[in-house]
Amino acid sequence: MSRIAILKTYKIYIGGKFPRTESGRFYQPKFDNKALANMCLSSRKDFRNAVVAARKAQGGWAHKSAYNRSQILYRIAEVLEGRKAQFVAELALQGSTEALAKEEVNLSIDRLIYYAGWCDKYIQMYSTVNPVSGSYFNFSVPEPTGIVAAFAPEKSGLLGLVTQICSIIAGGNTCVILASESKPLCAITFAEVLATSDVPGGVINILTGNRAELLTHFGSHMDVNAVLYCGADKNDIKTLQELAVESMKRTRIREDGDYFDAKHENPYYIFDFQETKTTWHPIEQIAGAGSGY
Amino acid sequence: MKTKVDIDYSSDWPLAPAPESMSHINLKEKYDLFINGKFVKPKSGKYFDTFNPANEKLLAKVALGDADDVDIAVKAARKAYTNVWSKLSGKERGKYIFRLARIIQERAREFSVIESLDGGKAIRESRDIDIPLVSAHFFYNAGWADKLDYAFPNRKPKSLGVVGQIIPWNFPLLMASWKIAPALAAGNTVVIKAANTTPLTLYKLAEAVKDAGIPDGVVNVVSGRGSVVGMAIVNHPDVNKIAFTGSTGVGKIIMNAIAGTGKKATMELGGKAANIIFEDAALDQAVEGVINGIFFNQGHVCCAGSRLYVQESVYDVVLRKLKGRMQSLIIGDPLDKNTDIGAINSKDQLNTINEYIKIGLKEGAEIYQPECTLPKKGYWCKPTLFTHVAQSNRIVQEEIFGPVLAIQTFRTIDEVIEKANNTPYGLSAGVWTDKGSKIFNMTSQLRAGVIWANTFNKFDPASPFGGYKESGFGREGGIHGLEPYLKFD
Repeated sequence: MSRIAILKTYKIYIGGKFPRTESGRFYQPKFDNKALANMCLSSRKDFRNAVVAARKAQGGWAHKSAYNRSQILYRIAEVLEGRKAQFVAELALQGSTEALAKEEVNLSIDRLIYYAGWCDKYIQMYSTVNPVSGSYFNFSVPEPTGIVAAFAPEKSGLLGLVTQICSIIAGGNTCVILASESKPLCAITFAEVLATSDVPGGVINILTGNRAELLTHFGSHMDVNAVLYCGADKNDIKTLQELAVESMKRTRIREDGDYFDAKHENPYYIFDFQETKTTWHPIEQIAGAGSGY
Repeated sequence: MKTKVDIDYSSDWPLAPAPESMSHINLKEKYDLFINGKFVKPKSGKYFDTFNPANEKLLAKVALGDADDVDIAVKAARKAYTNVWSKLSGKERGKYIFRLARIIQERAREFSVIESLDGGKAIRESRDIDIPLVSAHFFYNAGWADKLDYAFPNRKPKSLGVVGQIIPWNFPLLMASWKIAPALAAGNTVVIKAANTTPLTLYKLAEAVKDAGIPDGVVNVVSGRGSVVGMAIVNHPDVNKIAFTGSTGVGKIIMNAIAGTGKKATMELGGKAANIIFEDAALDQAVEGVINGIFFNQGHVCCAGSRLYVQESVYDVVLRKLKGRMQSLIIGDPLDKNTDIGAINSKDQLNTINEYIKIGLKEGAEIYQPECTLPKKGYWCKPTLFTHVAQSNRIVQEEIFGPVLAIQTFRTIDEVIEKANNTPYGLSAGVWTDKGSKIFNMTSQLRAGVIWANTFNKFDPASPFGGYKESGFGREGGIHGLEPYLKFD
């Protein structure tokens, strides 16, 4: 008699823990008319809890040294490398060919490495010392916007999700991200990778569920600083942008593509979630300068 | 017991009047819209009056535009963009902007006087700050026009097309330069709305645009009501980007209107800046900075230091010095070169400020205003200071946009950071201390776009300006200020 396999319970990821949705609801993503799993159908309350966790983690993550953030992103890649087979299997369950699944997992790992490398460099790229007319030292540096609520691409269950997360957290932001509704398996398994990769709890929070149900809540939450929407639904975008107005959230729109393209590797994705801070300080007696030459 | 030594500002020798001459200014009785390189009458045939707020005298009549005029202006801007401006090389574009910068320098005195006449600001400020900065902004951005590829590595920047711009009444010409200069340098054409109470200098700038030979339709100026002309610009389908400086309330109306349209936006909105004095600060300098922070331009400044936080141990001495300094401020004729504080910009704004002063008193705060006589005609407000205020008071939470300062105390750094950041705004902040490490701690913790350490209210075209949170997004000035006027592959 063959062994009875153990089925996996997919939960959500909030504040470094794996709770079930408080709503007790579930949905079944399908491939080939076969249910893949019972996924949590996250509620508004789950989202709010995740935002609380993200806010709690924000200050600590933003003030970690860039070097340390870089190492933590690298660590995620390391742990993911060790669990490749599981992700390939899950992608296959969701309809991917094995070759494509392998490529997606490999690229996801490489993308983490790519953004890990940016953590301690993008600031130098975007910072300026400004030559003002007057006796002042004046400089501008990027700072994280804060909490980003994100809708991951629907079509790219792992690579698309990883790309968004990287671009948000590499710059010192924390995030709440809703996984692809139809391809959510890898997102939660990726949360297990995160939980064992030195990422402080609350920096990345992953929900599963229905985009339409959570859309207005992502847009209107007053303690969210930016919203990222991967997709092209004009009504969704309009609704989000309207709701974002009340607290002046920054809204960013990205495509719902396959994310294999190298164009998704660029520091401008990090700058999407940065504010520019300019500091002025007087310099004593610039008029008397010259003796140093 | 220590004796207090205060400076005695009273004198038997009052300053003689030193009015700036108006002989060299050239003001028409009537200003028409500036569209496609020509001054044209508004379709409605209607005009509105613009007054000198210091004596309530009529200065000129200004075209009251409407949506039809905006449509004509946008079409002119599109035509100029497609046929002329987008075909010019960056180098040639830059040379036009350089020309404009030079003409502004040459006519600086005229522009300063008109700015003070129309807006009520002290000539010392319009002459030494506003107008020199206007020219500097054009000069700085002109040089970028042929160097954009270096500003954004690997990005291939391209112009957007027609840009709609809406500016506030507090620094009319300066805000126009912040908007127009980067827009043109990036290769866009412009439709800009003049501020309602201070439209004149933007039309003077239009004259300079003409004199500079900038091709017709590249810069178009319209004036009229915000709800009509402003919204017509915002809602026009052929406008690619909106740049707005003004209140957070109006900014939200605009953002709502353009939601889902794909129009780009820059929002430079309100503020309620914290100005923080630590016990180890050079107190006389700090007090001078507080005065400049809140009374500069009668407090009509989005980044005004309107919340003062003083460390408890030096509260008494700071308060005494502050009151002494306030007593020495000269309030009166904006055109007098000795004037520190000019007229409130409009009757409406004066009413708003007076309303807030009443609210402050009702909330139980203690008021201080120096003894001084205000001119009988015109709109005036004494520099005002409130003590015994709470973080929850409306005069601490809301932007007043007038010469009204609310003072609170603090003991620890953590406490003052929390208080300073506890506002939906995040435009600017000030820190006064002699300790460098404390400055960098503060500047990295304060959630605001511009931090002045041991100084306040400094501006420069090379220095990015703009807010966090509900103070808006996007930057104006510096390399960062170009990005909002470009698109990328």
